Amino acid sequence: MKSLGSIRRSFAPWADPKSVPFIAVKNVTKKFGDFTAVDDLSLNIYPREFFALLGASGCGKSTLLRMLAGFEQPTSGEIILDGQSLAGIPPYKRPVNMMFQSYALFPHMTVENNIAFGLKQDGMPKADIAARVDQMLKLVKLDKFAKRKPHQLSGGQRQRVALARSLAKRPKVLLLDEPLGALDKKLREETQFELMDLQQELGLTFVVVTHDQEEAMTMADRIAVMAHGKVVQVATPPEIYEAPNSRFVADFIGDVNIFDGTVSSAGNGTVEIATQSGFTVRVASAELPAVGANAGFAVRPEKIRVGRDRPACAPLNAVQGEIWDIGYLGDMTVFHVKLKDGKVIKASSLNAVRAVEDPIGYDQEVWISFDENAGVVLKD
Amino acid sequence: MAKLGSALFNRLVIIIPYAWLLFFFLIPFFIVIRISLSETAVAMPPYLPVFDLASGIGGIIDNIKQFSIDNYIWLTEDALYAKAYISSLWIALVSTFLTLLIAYPVAYGMAQAPNTIRPTLLMLVILPFWTSFLIRVYAWIAILKPEGLLNQLLLTLGVIDQPLIILNTNWAIYIGIVYSYLPFMVLPIYSSLEKMDHSLTEAAQDLGCTPIRAFWRVTFPLSMPGVVAGCMLVFIPAVGEFVIPDLLGGSETLMIGKTLWNEFNANRDWPVSAAVATILLLILVVPIMFFQHAQSKADSEGR
Repeated sequence: MKSLGSIRRSFAPWADPKSVPFIAVKNVTKKFGDFTAVDDLSLNIYPREFFALLGASGCGKSTLLRMLAGFEQPTSGEIILDGQSLAGIPPYKRPVNMMFQSYALFPHMTVENNIAFGLKQDGMPKADIAARVDQMLKLVKLDKFAKRKPHQLSGGQRQRVALARSLAKRPKVLLLDEPLGALDKKLREETQFELMDLQQELGLTFVVVTHDQEEAMTMADRIAVMAHGKVVQVATPPEIYEAPNSRFVADFIGDVNIFDGTVSSAGNGTVEIATQSGFTVRVASAELPAVGANAGFAVRPEKIRVGRDRPACAPLNAVQGEIWDIGYLGDMTVFHVKLKDGKVIKASSLNAVRAVEDPIGYDQEVWISFDENAGVVLKD
Repeated sequence: MAKLGSALFNRLVIIIPYAWLLFFFLIPFFIVIRISLSETAVAMPPYLPVFDLASGIGGIIDNIKQFSIDNYIWLTEDALYAKAYISSLWIALVSTFLTLLIAYPVAYGMAQAPNTIRPTLLMLVILPFWTSFLIRVYAWIAILKPEGLLNQLLLTLGVIDQPLIILNTNWAIYIGIVYSYLPFMVLPIYSSLEKMDHSLTEAAQDLGCTPIRAFWRVTFPLSMPGVVAGCMLVFIPAVGEFVIPDLLGGSETLMIGKTLWNEFNANRDWPVSAAVATILLLILVVPIMFFQHAQSKADSEGR
């Protein structure tokens, strides 16, 4: 199979104002009694997109997925799929299929019959069913296991049966609820790439719910970070990581250091923030907050340099501290640096050479510094 | 030492159920078979031969030589017994089916009920056991008799203009059995439905099943172990049921439990009644053994 990388890179329908969303979630609210699971949420998902709903448990991502599948009806608002409103359409009439977190394989049926189940409901001719089941089994590399029952399969195999079953009807949209949650780490990483390839190969729209940010970052074209029933940010994985739009997103995705302070100057595409840690941060920013406003500055550990010498840029974007903890991870070393005000900063540096003469050790005085474009301003 | 002790303990634990079976099932069963091979006699106990250890091994061998299968031949000669067996099986079959029809929706409703009220519902199903079985069957006489509660209610409501004759018919027996054995059907079905993963029916719907089809294709097949267990728990005791046909059934109702009672008490013919009991056991056990054999074969084929 030819590499699909180039297709993937040029795929950005959300940036094109002319493209029509495949799934449009419009001001959807879902309440369970007093509890609002999904709160006035709007989203557009485009054809052939691999879309991830990411959030902690209880953020409403699963409820949103269940509304797409038809197991829950929105309290208000509307979901449009391929130009058609899904209001009042029961799950068995929707052109979407779901892969369940527990896989929900029918224990009394063989792998083959599990995959054929949906096709039989549609009254497909027997020969066609057999051909389709064969094709699906090959797709998920389970042709040898057709006659087995689910309990005779390993977790990874079950996951693939569930996938094959949900793909057998060629749904317009495949919904995946924590698809890799039950797999061990190694299998999960392999399966992530298998899923991506499969999605490209079949040209389907995937909506995946996950609480695992790594999974979302690896697989998705775009990620919607959710909290308290609302979407906090929808963006591609690099945007989410490098340009989080809020303190919540910055904190939720990956490791981050946040310095609080007040804006001391703003203009010419740079913002200066006087931090509470006693130094000034100058950061390149397209958005300019008002001078005097409270603001945060977020910078990822891998963008912070740690050194014994006073950097040239000091006192801008640099501050002194003391090595508090060192974590050696092999490929990189993580330093915890305690600043004068007691704040502990995480900085990681790549171990590019095997042995360093006189490495930075515990309790040493060091300077941490970063570039003007290393971090982002977070408005409060 | 601790390991040895726990191994010993494990063995003892296994012995308890086997010992139970031996003392309360196998030994009484062999006594019944032994009596069924004897002849009736005007004596105490009322059959011959009687083993006497004082007569020595030779005496016992002589006694064994007196065993005959005459009683079993007798059962085949009188059509009464065959009719009683068939009628018992039929009544038990109909009652089991009716019980299933009522118990399944009850169990399904209980399994669908919110977690908080399930223990209460379970309690309500078990509650009748706190009253004597005999009293509850007597209560049905008061309900079903021509001037009973049911007829009065229906007459008052104007549904009927003359009392229904239910008591002392087979219908009264069906009602009695369905009522008495309902919990034995509800509980196993409930337990198989209750542990079912709810996402299975959702998956079936997601794949294009209407809720009703999803029930028949997924929920019902998966509850089969509970249904089979419930049916056996009702059918087996219902075949040999004595109290319900005796109290609610009519004089012409033929059930093997009643026949056995008559042979044993009215005729004082212990050997024939022992033969009746032995055949009843065979009629029940042999099909169940075949069924279980087929079941385990089907299970292992799936592997």
